[in-house]
Amino acid sequence: MKNKSVRNDIILLVSLLVIAALLWGVISALKKSGEYAVVIVDGVETARYRLSSDVNDVIYSDGGHTNTLVIENGRASIVSADCPDKLCVKQRSISKAGETIICLPHKLVVKIEGKGEVDAP
Amino acid sequence: MNRKTRLIALLGVSVAAAMVLSFIETLIPVPFAVPGIKLGLANTVSLFLLIKLDWKAAGAVSIIRVLLTALLFGNAASLAYSFSGALLSIAVMSLLKKTGVFSSVGISISGAVAHNFGQIVLAVFLLETEQILWWLPALIVSGVITGIAIGIVVSILAKKIVLKI
Repeated sequence: MKNKSVRNDIILLVSLLVIAALLWGVISALKKSGEYAVVIVDGVETARYRLSSDVNDVIYSDGGHTNTLVIENGRASIVSADCPDKLCVKQRSISKAGETIICLPHKLVVKIEGKGEVDAP
Repeated sequence: MNRKTRLIALLGVSVAAAMVLSFIETLIPVPFAVPGIKLGLANTVSLFLLIKLDWKAAGAVSIIRVLLTALLFGNAASLAYSFSGALLSIAVMSLLKKTGVFSSVGISISGAVAHNFGQIVLAVFLLETEQILWWLPALIVSGVITGIAIGIVVSILAKKIVLKI
């Protein structure tokens, strides 16, 4: 029993990695260049910046929390935040439509929108 | 002490251990910058109970641990995410355990990926941003990695620890 289940584990592992790779491939192929960086706090759009501009702004979320958004050279990133895990700061800068930087503790999403794309509220 | 009392005592200790592990993992930075990523150390307890006892014990400890941890250290949002992740994770792991197809590593991987999946789907709804789903590949990979680690730890523990209920 032990060897059979380990073999199944490996099949599962490989299948999941293949699925992840396929998803990643499809997503990458679909990525179009972005035009705006949209700031969404708790599901509500609070700011919209052109990627072509240079921005250094603080985003405020519930409870007086802050994330600092920087846009330069057509890329958006979060450079500092007071959330406990700082995963948003570690996430790479984004520039293609559909890419996002997420700060879950602050319910914050910075999303890139492309030309002519307006998401329904 | 009868069986029921021993079981209650075991579950109580398990919840406490899981909560301590939850806290410890906040001290360990994860090298991958993926939203919502965790090591999932507390799941060693749930998975251990799933293997040694049954899904009810594992599920009870999971749910109670999530509730208490969120009450003590979190907020409504963190509770929602932990809860949805934990529910889906326990459901998937319990079902797979029943089939007997996978060892603890396979079950752990499935639990980890299910947990991440549950959280990401909830995030899409709460933050009203479907592009969050684009993080799925990264979450699957991190789920596989953490799942393997936890699965190996649990299979070692399961061999060394004899549970007398």
